Amino acid sequence: MNGILNRVFSRTTRGWWIGGALVVVMAILPLLNLSIPGVFPGPTYTPGTLQLLALAMLMSGLALSYHLLFGVAGMLSFGHALFFAAGAYGLGIVLKRFELELLPALVLVLVGGLVLANVLGAISLRVTGITFAMVTLAFAQAGSVWIRRNSNITGGDEGLSLTTTHIPDALVGVLNTRNLYWLSLAVLIVVFVLVMWFEKSQAGHVALATRENELRVRVLGVRPYAVRLITFVLASTLAVVVGMAYLLLQSGVTTRAASSDFTLTILVIVVLGGVGSRWGAVIGGVVYTLLDQRLTALAASEWITGLPDVLRIPLSEPLFLLGTLFILVVLFLPGGITGSAGRIASRRNRPATALPMEELR
Amino acid sequence: MSANILEVSNLTASIGGQQVTENVTFSVPATGVTALLGRNGVGKTSSIRGILGLIHRTGSVVLDGNEIGTLHTHRIVQRGVGYVPEDREVFAKLTVAENLRLAERDREPRRELVADLFPDLVARAGQQAGTLSGGQQQMVSLARALLNSNRLLLVDEPTKGLAPKIVGEVTQALATAAEIVPMLLVEQNLQVVRRLATRAIVLAGGRVVYTGGCAELLDDADLTRRYLGVSAEHGETA
Amino acid sequence: MSTVVLLLITGLGLGALYFLVASGLSLIYGLMGVLNFAHGSFLTLGAFMGWEVARRMGDGSWFTLVVSLLVGAVVGAVFAAATEFFLIRRLYDRHIEQVLVTVGLALATVALFEGIWGTDQIYVNGPAWLDGTTKVLGANIPNNRFLLILCAVLVLVGIVLFLKYTRYGLIIRAGVENRSMVTALGIDVRRAFTLVFAIGGAAAGLGGVLASHYTGYVSPHLGGSLLIFAFIVTVIGGLGSLTGAAIASVIVAVLQQFANFYFDGTGDFVVVLLLAVVLLVRPRGLMGVKA
Repeated sequence: MNGILNRVFSRTTRGWWIGGALVVVMAILPLLNLSIPGVFPGPTYTPGTLQLLALAMLMSGLALSYHLLFGVAGMLSFGHALFFAAGAYGLGIVLKRFELELLPALVLVLVGGLVLANVLGAISLRVTGITFAMVTLAFAQAGSVWIRRNSNITGGDEGLSLTTTHIPDALVGVLNTRNLYWLSLAVLIVVFVLVMWFEKSQAGHVALATRENELRVRVLGVRPYAVRLITFVLASTLAVVVGMAYLLLQSGVTTRAASSDFTLTILVIVVLGGVGSRWGAVIGGVVYTLLDQRLTALAASEWITGLPDVLRIPLSEPLFLLGTLFILVVLFLPGGITGSAGRIASRRNRPATALPMEELR
Repeated sequence: MSANILEVSNLTASIGGQQVTENVTFSVPATGVTALLGRNGVGKTSSIRGILGLIHRTGSVVLDGNEIGTLHTHRIVQRGVGYVPEDREVFAKLTVAENLRLAERDREPRRELVADLFPDLVARAGQQAGTLSGGQQQMVSLARALLNSNRLLLVDEPTKGLAPKIVGEVTQALATAAEIVPMLLVEQNLQVVRRLATRAIVLAGGRVVYTGGCAELLDDADLTRRYLGVSAEHGETA
Repeated sequence: MSTVVLLLITGLGLGALYFLVASGLSLIYGLMGVLNFAHGSFLTLGAFMGWEVARRMGDGSWFTLVVSLLVGAVVGAVFAAATEFFLIRRLYDRHIEQVLVTVGLALATVALFEGIWGTDQIYVNGPAWLDGTTKVLGANIPNNRFLLILCAVLVLVGIVLFLKYTRYGLIIRAGVENRSMVTALGIDVRRAFTLVFAIGGAAAGLGGVLASHYTGYVSPHLGGSLLIFAFIVTVIGGLGSLTGAAIASVIVAVLQQFANFYFDGTGDFVVVLLLAVVLLVRPRGLMGVKA
């Protein structure tokens, strides 16, 4: 028992040091002149690179919120993007139609998201496993359809752009990308801390136990439904928060945000990073965003366009490469990036293969 | 041709990461019925399922001189192992005839034998198996294992939950089967055991604690009570 | 009255399309426990290959149509069998990974199709009769609906006969109930897996060619847009039940048509609502095998 305590303790302390250092580095990045050609479009103080990095951090935040749902509590949801879209579209619509300052608008949308998560969670969690996945898929689909249909409110297929009248100047405009970058970093840190706190809390341990063995949890007098609902609401609300930040960063949102494609992308990120690992979600989010952007640029480059069709066509489609990479990871590296980097054999970091079959039946 | 049809060595089986048997070692002779006994939850069914590869296992299982401990279940069964599972596991939506046809592996399955032993099933050939009584389902399950010329039958609690009269019929069918093929029989009903088995292996806590003659075990009231939890006259182990 | 007839029959036509996709999904899940996200890609590839063949043969004749239908079915079957053999089989009994692998395959193949054929819709031509209408009880029914219904009925009958009268059909029916007992009878279920994937793929590929005539075009997203409805139909009908999928296909499609007409295009919503209601009242679906 002592040995385990020591290991966990030192791992946590080490984790704190690394995390802290990373936060500092990320925070001062906009003030530095670092260049990584091929990865960053420009030096780190340029708006282009900062935008990319900020997006990567938001994607990491979103991946973290999904990690809570899927990696910790074992709930495979295909509708997570709905909450992200609710945050982005919600804030966009409120800012466009109501005369509210940014802060009240944020609070309003947050509360709305909380309510939505509670309602949808209460209904969806009446079932588990594959059926649960299907319900979430259906709800997300309904949301996606609603967004596309009500174009007078949501902008329909053309998307919704940000109405900046009531937003502080510091968050508007290309020159202020730095501030949006720091905002995204703050959001990521908040999400990370909340997820970590939940995982280490009583509720988090029960959620993990529920994933492993529901019967045992019931015998202990805890209702799995309640724990699942709390986890679902927390994860979904975090997604709402990330969605709101996304709207501010990108100055708009498109229908892709609510599509099942997008939830699948989040799922891919979490698996690539390593199911069950917080850092896996973060790394996955960063890697995905960078890959997505750079692959698109790479695809248009002369080197690729010069290749014979058989090679050129697959290589110029980023999603093809992502999908193939994903397949390879699932087949040969079920632990994802963090899994392959070697992990201590604690329950939280067990690779996806250990997820019980019952979960999906 | 060895004297033992089955030799199990250090069979350690686990379900979902949880170990259910530990270094179980025993042999089943090439004739007659060997009873696998023990209290509830001691690992008898798990041993059977481990032998068949239906659950994760390590250790050596030698069938008639050949190692089968690493083979897939269907390969093991194809080598001549018949299985009569606990809870019968007939296919409810298939008819009796379909259940039997599915089980046929040999080029010339022993249809006449099965028809003679189970005339009731012949009459109910077109009936959906899910609508049969427990006893009738047990007959289907047993018939499945007898259709092919198996080298060994693994029979798991065949009289569980059956009325006394049916228990008698099932026992009779098993006795007839035992004349043509050796059997490893898991059974809680000690009267049935006494009638059918010549040898006994007792498990406790996932390990073997007794191997020897069946009659000797059941005649010894102390031993019976200690290993099986109840006196031999009362019929059922704890 | 004629409106009701129109809605009913076009609903049946749409239901036929859903069934062609859902039949495979239902069997695959019932036997193998795999939720196949790549099923839409089987459909799309079948549709594209059917179109390519028809294009080269000179579309417009019935002969070409039949050939393109066969090509679609064969392509779907081969693609599906290959998916099972190379990807799914390696992950035997690891259901979550199997689902994930199909997700990855779906993403990769749609992107590949976009790369090969472009992202836009490509218009499809067929025999002139398909574009016409026939009057039934006062309603003008587009003729392609009849073709859809006919094909779906043939597929349903074909699969039912296969399941009832062949040995593999018997194995599949038993396997849907209790897979491990089937192996305990000495049968290698894995061959049945490949077969089930192939059957599902063939139905999907056939459905793809038909869908292209129904909508009038092929596109890389053809399969994906139908897949979500196929999932809903499969769940409502009961995972693993072929007849359940058939019944649910009809109910869902007809409901969708009526809702779209009478309630101003809310067909999609009504379907989702129906799914939610069914799941909350009877989670295993209308005729579900798995509890």
